[in-house]
Amino acid sequence: MGSYVLKRLLSVVLVIFIVSTATFVLMHAIPGGPFKREKALPPAIQRNIEERYKLNDPLWKQYVDYIGNLFRGDLGPSYKYLGRSVNDIIREGFPISAQLGLASVAFALLLGIPCGIISALKQNRWQDNIIMAVAIIGVSVPSFVMATLLMYVFAVKLRWLPAAMWGTPKHIVLPVLALAGFPTAFFARLMRSSTLDVLSQDYIRTARSKGLSWAAVVYKHVIKNAILPVVTYLGPLVAGIVTGSFVVENIFAIPGLGRYYVTSIYNRDYTTIMGVTIFYSALLVLLNFAVDIAYGWIDPRIKLTDAKE
Amino acid sequence: MEYNVEMFKPIQKDIKSAEAIVRPSVTYWQDAWRRLKQNRGAMIGLWTIVAIIAIAIFGPMVSPYSYSDQNLEEQNQFCSSKHWLGTDDLGRDLLTRIMYGARISLTVGFLASLINLTVGVIYGGISGFYGGTTDNIMMRIVEVLNAIPMLLYVILLMVILEPGLQNILIALGLVYWLGMARIVRGQVLSLKEQDFVLAARTIGASNWQIITKHLIPNAMGPIIVTATLNIPSAIFTEAFLSFIGLGVNAPMASWGVLASDALQSFRSYPWQLFFPAIAISITMFAFNFLGDGLRDALDPKQRK
Amino acid sequence: MRMRRSMLLLACFMTFLLIAPTGFAAEKLAKKQVLSFNVGTEPSTLDPAISTGVPEAIIELNCFEGLTRMDENNVPQPAIAESWTVSPNGLLYTFKLRKTKWSNGEPLTAHDFEWSWKRALAPETASEYAYQLWYIKNGRAYNEGALKDPSQVGVRAVDDYTLQVMLENPTPYFLQLCNFPTLMPVYRKVVEKDPEGWFYEPKNYIGNGPYKMVSWQHNAKIELVPNPNYWNRQKVGMERLDFYLIDDINTALSMFETGQLDWFDAPPTAEIERLEKQGYLKKSEYIGTYYYMFNVTKKPLDDVRVRKALTLAIDRQTLIDRVVRGGQLPALAYVPYGLGDATPDKDFREIGGDYFKEDLAAARKLLADAGYPNGKGFPTLTILYNTSENHKKIAEAIQEMWKKNLGIDVRLTNQEWQVYLDSRTQLAYEVARAGWIGDYLDPMTFLDMWVTGGGNNDTGWGNKKYDEMIFGAQAEVDRTKRAKMLHEAETVLMNEMPIMPIYFYVNLTVIKPWIKGAFRSPLGFIDFSTAYVLEH
Repeated sequence: MGSYVLKRLLSVVLVIFIVSTATFVLMHAIPGGPFKREKALPPAIQRNIEERYKLNDPLWKQYVDYIGNLFRGDLGPSYKYLGRSVNDIIREGFPISAQLGLASVAFALLLGIPCGIISALKQNRWQDNIIMAVAIIGVSVPSFVMATLLMYVFAVKLRWLPAAMWGTPKHIVLPVLALAGFPTAFFARLMRSSTLDVLSQDYIRTARSKGLSWAAVVYKHVIKNAILPVVTYLGPLVAGIVTGSFVVENIFAIPGLGRYYVTSIYNRDYTTIMGVTIFYSALLVLLNFAVDIAYGWIDPRIKLTDAKE
Repeated sequence: MEYNVEMFKPIQKDIKSAEAIVRPSVTYWQDAWRRLKQNRGAMIGLWTIVAIIAIAIFGPMVSPYSYSDQNLEEQNQFCSSKHWLGTDDLGRDLLTRIMYGARISLTVGFLASLINLTVGVIYGGISGFYGGTTDNIMMRIVEVLNAIPMLLYVILLMVILEPGLQNILIALGLVYWLGMARIVRGQVLSLKEQDFVLAARTIGASNWQIITKHLIPNAMGPIIVTATLNIPSAIFTEAFLSFIGLGVNAPMASWGVLASDALQSFRSYPWQLFFPAIAISITMFAFNFLGDGLRDALDPKQRK
Repeated sequence: MRMRRSMLLLACFMTFLLIAPTGFAAEKLAKKQVLSFNVGTEPSTLDPAISTGVPEAIIELNCFEGLTRMDENNVPQPAIAESWTVSPNGLLYTFKLRKTKWSNGEPLTAHDFEWSWKRALAPETASEYAYQLWYIKNGRAYNEGALKDPSQVGVRAVDDYTLQVMLENPTPYFLQLCNFPTLMPVYRKVVEKDPEGWFYEPKNYIGNGPYKMVSWQHNAKIELVPNPNYWNRQKVGMERLDFYLIDDINTALSMFETGQLDWFDAPPTAEIERLEKQGYLKKSEYIGTYYYMFNVTKKPLDDVRVRKALTLAIDRQTLIDRVVRGGQLPALAYVPYGLGDATPDKDFREIGGDYFKEDLAAARKLLADAGYPNGKGFPTLTILYNTSENHKKIAEAIQEMWKKNLGIDVRLTNQEWQVYLDSRTQLAYEVARAGWIGDYLDPMTFLDMWVTGGGNNDTGWGNKKYDEMIFGAQAEVDRTKRAKMLHEAETVLMNEMPIMPIYFYVNLTVIKPWIKGAFRSPLGFIDFSTAYVLEH
């Protein structure tokens, strides 16, 4: 196991390295640049800017410099928000996005899993039909439509909640609902389907025949055996959602990290593109690692190492 | 009586027949189809999808309008006998535009499912089944593809290729199977340790047979859920890509584009958002009903 | 005729915005003099020497003050400079400065201006708008690195309160430029201490304008309060300004409707009509033209008759009323209204008049003359626009008009902003959407871009006579002759028609009716120093 963990950690570094190299190549392959404007700059001024921000170095040198700084934990200065470092941007934006994201994941888990189980236990009865209909509508309505509608109904019309911005507990409600819609529905559907699988297994019949109540069966056997796909999906989901959603943060004017994933590319803010991509990939790889470890806890039969080891 | 070795002949170990012994008369797929037909919900879903496809193909031929016919005198009108679902902000017939949009959105939806069900399932199945180093490498590739910002290569595609639906299909094809691969791999990791796999192996099933005939059918639940629930996100990803300039050119518009455009004016003209959204939702219900039926039909445990 | 009326309407709206606090005895002031305005986006920087955007400029112009400040009629008025003299050849300006203070109480002198301007010009500052100082003698050479010695740049503090500026060419709009962010003085000590990020900490953001920054929450809000050391402090009546940094206009609209926001710009097109009925919409002059460019190096657009036919065959007023909305003005020429002619009181556009009339019959005839009767044989044209809902709508409408009126097939294609810019400069397009917003209030800011090979001339077009007129006007001292040359240049441009003007911009803003006194310049900047809030 020790050698497996070591191998995995090594592969984390490798993934980040490949992702950052590919991103670097791609972002320089597309047209434009951080200081390209509609009003063309006089060549001399263009030169001054390239000189100052070291954009006139050959690309391989920019790359080597970047990777060098990366090893020191320095993600470089932003080209869009002059005078701010990418480290600062992540340090300021991530806690906000993470708060919002974790609240949404918690909401989705707490609502989606019980709904999925109830649905399965009451298969094809009205409870199941209602939950599944709501879930289908939940996935059919994307977060940007959801966000706009929620804001209109609860802020503009009913005046129950503030329309946008960040700071008080009231501000978090609408964005969480908008963000949690899809994962809640997804969890409910996944949970229903895997619970149905589990319920048809012999050991459930055995447990029931021993006189265990449904509640006890669900608690002791069903959840643990049915939750695997949910856990799988949690890895990428959490990585994506805690680093922020561009759409929801933009609509609710939340100063999180999410909007940088898209705007930095539009702005060709090279260092920010690299910084947030690396940050996200590190998180993704680590969370997937955590998911794999969780597998072993959920189902002790699962082995991740090679058969020989 | 004397026995000698010559009298004994080893039984020819025929893998195919060993597998086929289970049920020689009805194949897995025949059986699945039979059970699917008995499932009312699935049949409703199936026929709804057929109907939507028919509307997408024939509707625009019957309509007196084309998707691009403008009438600036009839902007933003609500439903009428002339325009059944009203008009948009350039006075175009919304029903006609939705029917044309179905062609794009259904293509995208089908393709996304197809990629999920082939590439995603097989990739995940192989990764989970072989495990160890193979799994480590295959899953790290998934992570790399997941982490590279989609927008970057989308812009690159926009520069290299002429705009059109094929770009959307390429862009979706690159990433749309990643989630499925992880789900299947997780399921297979758990399933392959179960007794029926051991049983199949003892009667000589090959690895490929174990993956396709035992592991994947047993993981059908999460597979179908993932495939169907990814359809709307594919439809809206198409809208986003078209908006940036990668996809189908205006004035042609998919459901996703119609819905996102209408979002800007939904306070004043809510039906422009409502109708394309309804179209997407009906399609989703149909796919989900069909998906649930398929799951039940393909579930090996239900084969009695 | 229709246009005249809209101009009049525009003037009415302008005056509405411009009502001064005095003279309305019946108006009662609100107890809390606080207003919230959406500047639209997180500033890229708040260093006035480096910034380029309008949102940044709005904040900077309320935290800093230049030698002059524009009044509500867009005439530069004495500000930090109490008075000035100009030499007869129009090259030497001598400014007499007031005795004023920085927001931290330190005295502000002519040396601060000299230092700040030279800093903006220094190549290592890498200021994008440094060319706003190229008008100064040797400014360009120093900025380009050809001249190493900053003492030869034509700006000099003669004593603490006298500043002398020597120009390269007579520049009639130089006093206006003194109100431009690039020419604002900055506080040397903080800038030298942290040249990259001195403006981030509110306590380091030392200015000399009507307001000072007290907080900056990134991507959320910037708060300004009056600067107690501002020389004209009694003029400033507000207690606080909240500048919101919200990108999404629908969000801004929601916040406006829930009362979180008093004022925001550029409402969603679909809501313009409603907001106008409710009395929240205000229009003001905005110096800009929306046009389509023709790539004259491509067939059939190399034929001026084709370009003219396309230009004459669209219905601009319908396009404005039905698609763009918001009462923009149809552009039948290139330079917009609101720019001075030989004398500032005459309007360049009104003197120049219209250059063409929309005329279907003439358009069809031109197209037939070019060899495409009824559009027969005309190749499929592609309109390129950058990704945006509004550009798409306009392109769709024009596509339909060309198809109906000329019988030609047009395709649309949109590209992400920077890809689109690249296609433009590479001339990898046929017809492309474009827009131009003036940098200063003079026709030159529109006309000098079309000289042969100019950095912003993305059409492949060039004309000797045009170039002569522009370069002649740049060196001309006599205002009448200069104006004549500019008119002649526009005539050449409109005869050759490498571009198809569509409409002149109007600034659309949504504001609570009790917010008064703040005014917006036609360049988009807003002066909040005289703002006040009525009881409501």
